[in-house]
Amino acid sequence: MRVSRWLADRWVMIVALLVLGYLALPILVVAGLSFNRPSSRLSYDFNEFTLDNWRQPCATSDMCDAVVRSVQIGFIATVVATVLGTLMAFALVRHRFRGRSGINVLIFLPMATPELVMGTSLLALFVSAGVPLGFWTIVIAHVMFCVSFVVVTVKARLAGMDRRLEEAAMDLYASEWQTFRRITLPLVLPGIVAAALLAFSLSFDDFIITNFNAGTTVTFPMYVWGAAQRGIPPQVNVIGTAMFAIALLLVGLSSLRGRRARRANLLAGPVQSSPARRPS
Amino acid sequence: MTLLAQVPTGSGQPPPEPPAARSGRYRLLPYLLLLPGAAWLLVFFGVPLVQLASASLYDPSGSLSTGYAMTWAFGNYPDVLQAYWPQFLRSFGYAGVALVLALLLGYPLAYAIAQKAGRWKNLLLVCVVAPMFTSFLVRTLAWKTILSDNGALVGLLRDVHLLAPDGRLLATPFAVVLGLTYNFLPFLVLPLYASLERLDYRLLEAASDLYASPVEAFRRVTLPLSMPGLIAGTLLFFIPASGDYINAELLGTPNEYMIGNVIDSAFLVRLDYPQGAALSFLLMAAILAVVFGYLRRAGTEEVL
Repeated sequence: MRVSRWLADRWVMIVALLVLGYLALPILVVAGLSFNRPSSRLSYDFNEFTLDNWRQPCATSDMCDAVVRSVQIGFIATVVATVLGTLMAFALVRHRFRGRSGINVLIFLPMATPELVMGTSLLALFVSAGVPLGFWTIVIAHVMFCVSFVVVTVKARLAGMDRRLEEAAMDLYASEWQTFRRITLPLVLPGIVAAALLAFSLSFDDFIITNFNAGTTVTFPMYVWGAAQRGIPPQVNVIGTAMFAIALLLVGLSSLRGRRARRANLLAGPVQSSPARRPS
Repeated sequence: MTLLAQVPTGSGQPPPEPPAARSGRYRLLPYLLLLPGAAWLLVFFGVPLVQLASASLYDPSGSLSTGYAMTWAFGNYPDVLQAYWPQFLRSFGYAGVALVLALLLGYPLAYAIAQKAGRWKNLLLVCVVAPMFTSFLVRTLAWKTILSDNGALVGLLRDVHLLAPDGRLLATPFAVVLGLTYNFLPFLVLPLYASLERLDYRLLEAASDLYASPVEAFRRVTLPLSMPGLIAGTLLFFIPASGDYINAELLGTPNEYMIGNVIDSAFLVRLDYPQGAALSFLLMAAILAVVFGYLRRAGTEEVL
């Protein structure tokens, strides 16, 4: 019995590591190909080691233009979606009002609708309303599909918050604004930051919805899509690898901060063990 | 880690009911907070769906330049279904096979991270999410390199005679299903992990004390308790997978085209809006039918 369970335990872990390998494989290939000098423009195979791609990531200038445009769109869409979504999350967690279930459906549906349907329907709207497609139609589309994810993320953080901290502040004669500014906001901020990062990554990486609503404007994913037909410049892999490294760095930093915060909490004592905290 | 801990699971406990408004001036506040976001979603998500529905009934003989006439052409639906039913079947077939594969791969992974990883838990979670840090398209193109005819994998499979000497991996249904499984696996694993993480290991010990075999303990304890995550994960996997056209385009050939490829070309190449709209609506209806049928069978309708 014990032997078989030992085996069963290891079996699960071994499968898990293999699956993680499957998930990691393409990233290793992308990183490898970023050092490749391809034999021809249409070849996807590793040919020869070179550092040129990293030295001149913008050798194909259209690509860097597309990256810059993606960052701009991602930034604007993230700011708008984070503000709209955070306001909605506050309303949903902190207030009781009529029509709550309708709002919940409205927030849930975009996450359950295939991207293709959202992209095509928005295109149908823009075309029939005579809106010229371009930078701003992309921003509108991105805000639309990011909002729901922001709401869900901020809501989770707000719902797990200990209300008594705010009550304590009010008891200590803080005004409502002071309470919000000094207690509520700092406590919710990690959730808002997480939501913003999620929104940015969704926006930066979106292809399907963007492709329908971009007109002639080219974002980075659209550039890659077009290049896949004409031949991919190896610099695409440099951008892919760099994005991965930056994201990993951000996660590392935030987990380091989280650890430090937890240690500080531990020193602060009883707050940590308050029963109102959601067990996670 | 906050980013990972809060990935939406699509299910979970309902939040506690918020307190009633304390005074009159709070009555309007929630509506003010909701207004901008809800308006955005209504105008750019709700209205377009209505627009798409009406576009699907336009006279199919119109064109983008001459304009479309609304003729309530319900005939568009049987027409597109007749023309493209193989792609429809293929979409759900590929997504279904990919889902089974993803469950076989994803369940052990989620279970191992939630129950066995100990202090490595966060690191392994980062590994699950990490692929999403690189562009979706760039990763899918990387599979083109991995599965390439000159690649190590094809060479190995040919050497051990698992693949005929002229056999290929790329441009086959296998490549498309592999790509679908790969691309949407994290969406399945994360909610499943969230469910399994709450599983109390002592319940399994109790089951084994009561003479349950590991298989039986899994079937009667672990599996039912992970149901919410399993359902959420399945939906988060299946919905984008069945509407996907990128894997079929990059890793397959026109013989592997899914319904997404047809819709894409109807809107962007052939500029046949009524047909594209009718296909989009059929896709959505088919997905909703599958989802609700599945939820009914799974017996947990409160997920939505």
